[in-house]
Amino acid sequence: MKSYKIIDHEYDVVVLGAGGSGLRAAVGLSEAGLKTACVSKVFPTRSHTSAAQGGISAALGNMGEDDWRWHMYDTVKGADWLGDQDCIEYLCKEAPRAVLELEKYGVPFSRTEDGKIYQRPFGGMTKNYGNEPVQRTCAAADRTGHAILHTLYGQALKHKTEFFIEYFALDLLMKDGQCKGLIAWNLNDGTIHRFRSHITIIATGGYGKVYYSATSAHTCTGDGNAMVLRAGLPLQDMEFVQFHPTGIYGHGTLISEGVRGEGGYLVNSKGERFMERYAPKAKDLASRDVVSRSIAVEINEGRGVGNEKDHVHLHLNHLDPKVIEERLPGISESSRLFANVDVTKEPIPVVPTVHYNMGGIPTNYKAEVLTLNGSEKTVPGLMAIGEAACVSVHGANRLGSNSLIDLVVFGRAAAKRAAELVKPGTPHEEISQSETDKCLERFDRLRNASGTNNTADLRMAMQKTMQSKCAVFRTEKTLKEGVNEIRKPFEGMDDLSVKDKSLIFNTDLVETLEFDNLIRQAITTMDSAYHRKESRGAHAREDFPKRNDEKFMQHTLSWCDGKKTKIDYRPVHRSTLSNDVQYFPPQERVY
Amino acid sequence: MVQINLPQNSKVEKGKFFKDKTGSKNIRKVNIYRWDPSTGENPRIDTYEVDMDNCPSKVLDLLNKIKNEIDPSIAYRRSCAHGVCGSCAMNMDGKNGLACTKPHSEIKGDINIYPLPHLKVLKDLIGDLSTLYKQYESVEPWLKTASETEKENIQSKEDRAKLDGLYECIMCACCSTSCPSYWWNGDKYLGPAVLLQAYRWIIDSRDEDRKERLKKVADELKLYRCHTIMNCTNACPKGLNPAKAIASIKKMLATS
Repeated sequence: MKSYKIIDHEYDVVVLGAGGSGLRAAVGLSEAGLKTACVSKVFPTRSHTSAAQGGISAALGNMGEDDWRWHMYDTVKGADWLGDQDCIEYLCKEAPRAVLELEKYGVPFSRTEDGKIYQRPFGGMTKNYGNEPVQRTCAAADRTGHAILHTLYGQALKHKTEFFIEYFALDLLMKDGQCKGLIAWNLNDGTIHRFRSHITIIATGGYGKVYYSATSAHTCTGDGNAMVLRAGLPLQDMEFVQFHPTGIYGHGTLISEGVRGEGGYLVNSKGERFMERYAPKAKDLASRDVVSRSIAVEINEGRGVGNEKDHVHLHLNHLDPKVIEERLPGISESSRLFANVDVTKEPIPVVPTVHYNMGGIPTNYKAEVLTLNGSEKTVPGLMAIGEAACVSVHGANRLGSNSLIDLVVFGRAAAKRAAELVKPGTPHEEISQSETDKCLERFDRLRNASGTNNTADLRMAMQKTMQSKCAVFRTEKTLKEGVNEIRKPFEGMDDLSVKDKSLIFNTDLVETLEFDNLIRQAITTMDSAYHRKESRGAHAREDFPKRNDEKFMQHTLSWCDGKKTKIDYRPVHRSTLSNDVQYFPPQERVY
Repeated sequence: MVQINLPQNSKVEKGKFFKDKTGSKNIRKVNIYRWDPSTGENPRIDTYEVDMDNCPSKVLDLLNKIKNEIDPSIAYRRSCAHGVCGSCAMNMDGKNGLACTKPHSEIKGDINIYPLPHLKVLKDLIGDLSTLYKQYESVEPWLKTASETEKENIQSKEDRAKLDGLYECIMCACCSTSCPSYWWNGDKYLGPAVLLQAYRWIIDSRDEDRKERLKKVADELKLYRCHTIMNCTNACPKGLNPAKAIASIKKMLATS
């Protein structure tokens, strides 16, 4: 591999990813005086945080009484008791401060009559431990993620964060089970960069693109997750994939839950508001897994709308057009562009669409990466935050508006922990050349692949398999078929073809590297789903319709070496972080 | 001698022709600007015949179809695919826009796709936006306040409404790269995208640095190269009005 020009860098901390969590971490690290690099494959404001619409949850109590403990209860219940309650306590307790901090950074939140941050109702967010809905989700119209992302980028500029933009990360540098940095490919000039760091923070987002129809961006390929797998570390709870109830039919564009928060509702072909049957109390504001399953049942039982009876309608045409204009302008635009619908007059055709990965890199509430070696152990030098991480605060199902708060709370926590662990300017250890060689060998092999299979075809085969075998409802049969079928596109890489051999903006190779990342996550997702023989949150097994706390109140851990996986489990944390709140024991989950 | 013609190595040549292999009766010709810095060759226009019966509605779908099914080597930026990330800004049918929101049915005849105008091309449809990003940084896009309270800043609904039409900017650069003044003086004139962003912070009622911010942009080249041509407003794929934001800055300066 002598032919690649390698440029070396030394930093106290390297953050991989420049979305909401990566930027928040980078800001905190710069504030703490740590020499920080932020590496991203896209310019920061192109990150997928920009697509978050409805809002960010925090018990501010601007729109009536609220309490972070109620938020915690809702999150525990939403997670179907798979979340670690110490981490959930941390999230909900820290949330109000994190949102006020964003406001001070300059986020243009919508406002109440008395000039405070506006909050709207959202699915699963309730008052007094599961009673009536509460207005907890802080919003900047329906462009909250965009507003937060741009503001955080501004803060990073203010703190003079060093960015490495349009650098595609290839692999972690590991030494004796510790992370020592990473290797990335600069798309702008084709050079290879080796970053040595005391701590590496992975903030690469989700991997929605393993599915055919997803609200996720093209770039949501979970690159950091795959780097962790290749480093011989496990991913956690990969079977829990959130289907958002309202993606635009045929296109997959997200229609915010904020629509239902502002009074919108779902209707089947008989004109029925069917959510009243499935969730008598919360109705259209039940949690996402519940609403998505209800839509799937309506469609399966022949009450879908359209020629194929394969979707349902989301109505907001009864709302005051002024409310739509002020609070939901973005979804009005999306509906016009992608469904040809005027939302003030007609319903939006919607269908459950892959949206979020609850699973990811296991961490504790300080963002330190965990592995299992007899018992839970941290991996020195490695942290993960945001959708890439599985803290686990979302457990088996994430509540809407809990992802944006996850980004900033744990982004900040990671920076805080790194500042405790690293003394600025500490010298770096030598690392053996073999890590670099191993990484570049894979890179070079894929770059020079001259077989017959196109990356796009293999990717399509993977996406179709995930879509049909690992969907809203799963069975032993579909999953077993899926476990076999999902390995075929992986095998297809043995005879891969990459046409473009250049090194500058070689997007053919980028997509191939992304596919190599995706397929490993697809395999772990399918295998984890196959082994969880119960129904919990987003993982609904028709053959095991009940939750089985005795056997499965455990996090799945999956290691992946090529197409071989190893599955193990670690118990859910059954205690809180402090005495400010009591542990919430498992209950039946009804909305 | 002043050089008036394009340098020899920038002249665009006729490129490859990719004939349809599907036998479709519904074919459109798509002409795409190609340039690979590693070959030393001139830029060229490649032509693709595309089966439109199996192609979703937007120009980005068309590009993805070509990349997936005909020619994987073509390079362009793309991410969210619904007009919020700003990655896939390019010049289609002579007009700047986002490939993910532009329906190809709106284009008559052959579909011509070029990078955003007057940027240094890095490869194919990928332009170099680093100057624009530096200019963005120069307007200090963060809130400046002296107060250190624990609570949020209070902002009235009316004051918050002043940010509408500004904070939505996705920095796709469609406006700035459609502006003749920016083409001519892009290194010194801030251009519509960055001036709209500057105004977003100037007009934020929470910000306590308005005077300084105004002073910083009040410059013959940074601001007054805007000659109200209005291409920016025509080009904005989000329906924003950068020209109006620039006019508002000029008005504030004239009346302050």
